[in-house]
Amino acid sequence: MRFFEYESRTIVQAACIPVSAHGFATTAAEARQVAERLGAACVVKSQVLSGGRMKAGGVRFADTPAEAEAHAEAILALEIGGRLPRGVLVDSRVDVRQEYYAGVTWDGARKLPVLIFSDMGGIDIEQVAESHPEHVGRAHFSTLRPFSDFEAKQVIASVGVSGRALTRLTPIVGRLARLFRERDMVLAEINPLAELADGTFLAIDAHMDMENEARPRQAALLRELGVGGEETRQAREATPFEIAGEQVDAQDHRGVAGNVTEFDGDLGLVIGAGGGSLTLFDAVRAHGGRPANYCEIGGNPSVAKTCGLAKLVLSKPGVDKLAVMMSIVSNTRVDIVARGVIKACLELGLDPAEKITIFRIPGAWEEEGFKILERYGVPYADRSVSLNEAARRAVQAA
Amino acid sequence: MSILIGADTTFIVQGITGREAVNLTRECLDYGLGAKVVGGVTPGRLGRDVHGVPVSDTVAQAVAHHGAPIDGSVVTVPPAHTLDAVFEAIENGIRLVVIVTERIPRGDVAAMVELAEARGARIIGPNCLGIIVPGVVKMGGIGGPARNARQAYSRGPVGVISRSGGMTTEMSSTLTAAGLGQSTAVSIGGDAIIGSTYAELMPLFEADGETQAIVIYTEPGGRMEAQLAAYGPRLPVIAFMAGRFMDEMPGMSFGHAGTIVEGKEDTATEKIARMQAAGITIAERIEDIPGLVRERIG
Repeated sequence: MRFFEYESRTIVQAACIPVSAHGFATTAAEARQVAERLGAACVVKSQVLSGGRMKAGGVRFADTPAEAEAHAEAILALEIGGRLPRGVLVDSRVDVRQEYYAGVTWDGARKLPVLIFSDMGGIDIEQVAESHPEHVGRAHFSTLRPFSDFEAKQVIASVGVSGRALTRLTPIVGRLARLFRERDMVLAEINPLAELADGTFLAIDAHMDMENEARPRQAALLRELGVGGEETRQAREATPFEIAGEQVDAQDHRGVAGNVTEFDGDLGLVIGAGGGSLTLFDAVRAHGGRPANYCEIGGNPSVAKTCGLAKLVLSKPGVDKLAVMMSIVSNTRVDIVARGVIKACLELGLDPAEKITIFRIPGAWEEEGFKILERYGVPYADRSVSLNEAARRAVQAA
Repeated sequence: MSILIGADTTFIVQGITGREAVNLTRECLDYGLGAKVVGGVTPGRLGRDVHGVPVSDTVAQAVAHHGAPIDGSVVTVPPAHTLDAVFEAIENGIRLVVIVTERIPRGDVAAMVELAEARGARIIGPNCLGIIVPGVVKMGGIGGPARNARQAYSRGPVGVISRSGGMTTEMSSTLTAAGLGQSTAVSIGGDAIIGSTYAELMPLFEADGETQAIVIYTEPGGRMEAQLAAYGPRLPVIAFMAGRFMDEMPGMSFGHAGTIVEGKEDTATEKIARMQAAGITIAERIEDIPGLVRERIG
């Protein structure tokens, strides 16, 4: 889950890494107040989760509070990546001598965290790695013992940084590495990490992305930042339809019937499990189908949960038909899913035989499931019908 | 033959008194020649039994009760306790740990893997369904109840490795229906960091006299497929790639925790290109897999 820049700065600051003086504002008037407090020239930055805000005009420089207010007004109304910003960050402008980059992420192949440092900060690090590989230092570090500052020192020194810059950077980069582990980040990045004219260092921008799985144990941090449980914080923010899907899944702890993503098609999908959903979604599109949603069921969800998910999908404006398909199940029970989706149709006053184009879930309790489907006239298929063929039938019937 | 486990493999189930673990234990005891589930661990439940399997408070007690080293453990404890449970297994001499638990932060997984490497142990998973040697033994919930597993899996020359537990069964069932059995099928888990990747399991399959071809299920996200391509498998490999639609949706996670496109190398398109360049055959549809296997093994 991604953090907005203003949140990332709070996280960095809490780890005792100095950041430039700034304030967060949700209105132009507030932005002006922040600019007045900062008392000098400032930068107004759009607070969005997607990248590319500089190019989109989401970062503007102001010399006076009045100018900051005008920029904030414009930026608050500017959509980036299809979304309006959460607010603006008003940042002080500092006298920078040199920009550095410091970041930590996971190396899935080595299965270890990797610390990355460059003396060419302020630009995209992947670009630097390509054009000036000798200016990018990297080192993996252990998850079994505490991070030690020499590891930061080695990486910084490896790109040729010495003298007072090295001794001042080392503890800052060390804190970033510890923050990465302690806060369960998947990416913790300070870019630029600026050396000021007086030789001190400041984080001027920070990018933090935390592991979704760590949300329970980072609950205190999320509370502090005011991040709601319903905020998925992916590349784009969740839609009301997706939030409703989360609520269906949260109603009880048995299995999964959720992970809903909204699309703009007309074919409603109740699909699973993880890999099956990916396979089926591809197959529906390959046959020219236009899915209304992505979702996942699995782990033997209750009838109520499956019913809730099917109702949500069927109630989505523009959805005409529902396809219920999964890869072979061994834990999830076919009869329970069948009862859930039929109940959903009946509760909405719809005829299951007419609404459900195909039910393809073979596996555990399939005889019982198929009996129920037959009783309601719902077309179903066993394992002799492939996922691809089931998707084709779903698209054809829609 | 098979890889990782065989008829004589002994293992315990950590978290054995949980609802899913009780079912899993029954399934493993019932399947094939009957798994040697020599114990189970749930703290505070010493002296109970689950389908005749004695329950201990600690792994050390289970080992003492068995009277000999134990080969493996299936870990089914909640995510907040998994790191501790896996450390306990490894420090008590267990060398094969199958982690079923989902939603473990990857920092914990990395620490488990690091300890396993230091002690010469192997981890399968997390977020996986385990290992099955058709007709012989299964370790984990893979294939479900014995009767369902018997329907989907059969003995034969194809090794199966999959990031999705359900798709391990879907692909094996398709192979079985076409008369192609499996030597061993391994559900390796869908997380960004896992104990054993395709490339890390390949040498085991290559050393197995029975395995003639490998079928893998792959997804966008991570570098595991690139790692396999770089490894240069000596056996014919047929790969199916799901989640191609995700290439258009960078930064969004679907399916499994590890399935997210964060850079160009993560995309389905890029992975397919790399695998093809390494001589791996790409199956466009699951039903094409048996024919492609036959073509490759002649």
